[in-house]
Amino acid sequence: MTSPIPAALRNALRTGVILFVFALVGTAMLAFTHNRTEPVITRGQLAEKRALLSQVLPAALYDNDLLSTQQSVPPDDLLGTRQASALWLARRDGEFSGVVLEAVAPDGYSGNIALLIGIDANGAVTGVRVTAHRETPGLGDYIDRAKSAWIDQFVGKSLLAPEPKHWKVAKDGGVFDARAGATITPRAVVKAVKSALDYFARHRAAFAAPLAVKEKDA
Amino acid sequence: MMTMNEFRSLFHNGLIKQNTGLVQLLGLCPLLAISNNVVNALSLGLATTMVMAASSGAVSGVRHFVPNEIRIPVFVLIIAALVTVIDLVMHAFVHPLYLVLGIFIPLITTNCIVLARADAFAAKNRPLNSVVDAVAMGLGLTLVLLVLGAIRELAGQGTLFSGIDLVFGEDAKQFVLHVLPNYQGFLLAILPPGAFIALGLLIATNNWYKARAEQRTRAAVAVAA
Repeated sequence: MTSPIPAALRNALRTGVILFVFALVGTAMLAFTHNRTEPVITRGQLAEKRALLSQVLPAALYDNDLLSTQQSVPPDDLLGTRQASALWLARRDGEFSGVVLEAVAPDGYSGNIALLIGIDANGAVTGVRVTAHRETPGLGDYIDRAKSAWIDQFVGKSLLAPEPKHWKVAKDGGVFDARAGATITPRAVVKAVKSALDYFARHRAAFAAPLAVKEKDA
Repeated sequence: MMTMNEFRSLFHNGLIKQNTGLVQLLGLCPLLAISNNVVNALSLGLATTMVMAASSGAVSGVRHFVPNEIRIPVFVLIIAALVTVIDLVMHAFVHPLYLVLGIFIPLITTNCIVLARADAFAAKNRPLNSVVDAVAMGLGLTLVLLVLGAIRELAGQGTLFSGIDLVFGEDAKQFVLHVLPNYQGFLLAILPPGAFIALGLLIATNNWYKARAEQRTRAAVAVAA
């Protein structure tokens, strides 16, 4: 009794079916895990984002849900951005009380330094965090809050104090400290924070406009 | 069940004789990239061990159903699926740990030791032996990573266990050892070339040690004869 299907073909079919079954089981496993973990992961990411925002903008400054005010703004030289970036508008008792901007320092020692900058309604910096960078470990990476408190010196600074011409690192005649041997990195950050303040000054009126209008075009 | 002897020989193999980092020289990409301090090195080593144990166990469990011709695609599929599941579960349920290990998990998929052990050992052995072999291999890698991380961290920034607070919380900061106070830092050790130099030194030391041991045995044999 020989089967009408040649042995080689039968073998190939068998192998194909086995591979298919493994792929099916693997896919099912992934789909199941994804389904189960997705809501938890999304919740975690939102909480993380909220925590990050509250690092640059003190929670006492606002009573609205900051995350829900997220807007996309087009690329702007003052923000150093080449793609649309996000900003969040803070309100307290319905009054505009601050903004968190995403900005980029494009002239770091090795590429872009991504920043999150909180500014209050009076134009004073409430906090700055580096969210991504590729600066030299152990040398330029002290701009990262996890490595040192250097970045805290921006808190309370505005375009009025120090004067714009003093928005520089100490070595260039400004008021901001920088460690010897790594001035390019802090120089880039200082410049980016100052530009962000300029951006804020230019758009403050729009930020302060009632939320209902802003949310529509967001 | 496995005998004590089998168990011992598997561990001897993984930790010393066939050490992935020093002898087999497999999976050097993550090894070189992540060994710039002790905490990173240990984290990557343990994560790799975990993935290897899981994938070797799974591969060994299905080894009778996999035809020889398609074993590699099937093993790759199993490893990739397992790593993704571990990645998702960690992301969802142990978030602080994920923040530290998260970037390493996808790196592990690219680590050829995982596939090498699946194909060379797990495909031919019982699940229990395969898991033990994977753990031994993983610990062997962890050991090399640890030594490499310690050398680079010590030479590079004069500390040990810096960044431990990322794993165990802010309170763990006190465990950071400032071995060399007021150390100026030696950047080369932290940058990628430092990894190659330090690993080269480690391999050389290992080879020298082995050659010396061999010479002694030969001398002893000659004397006995």
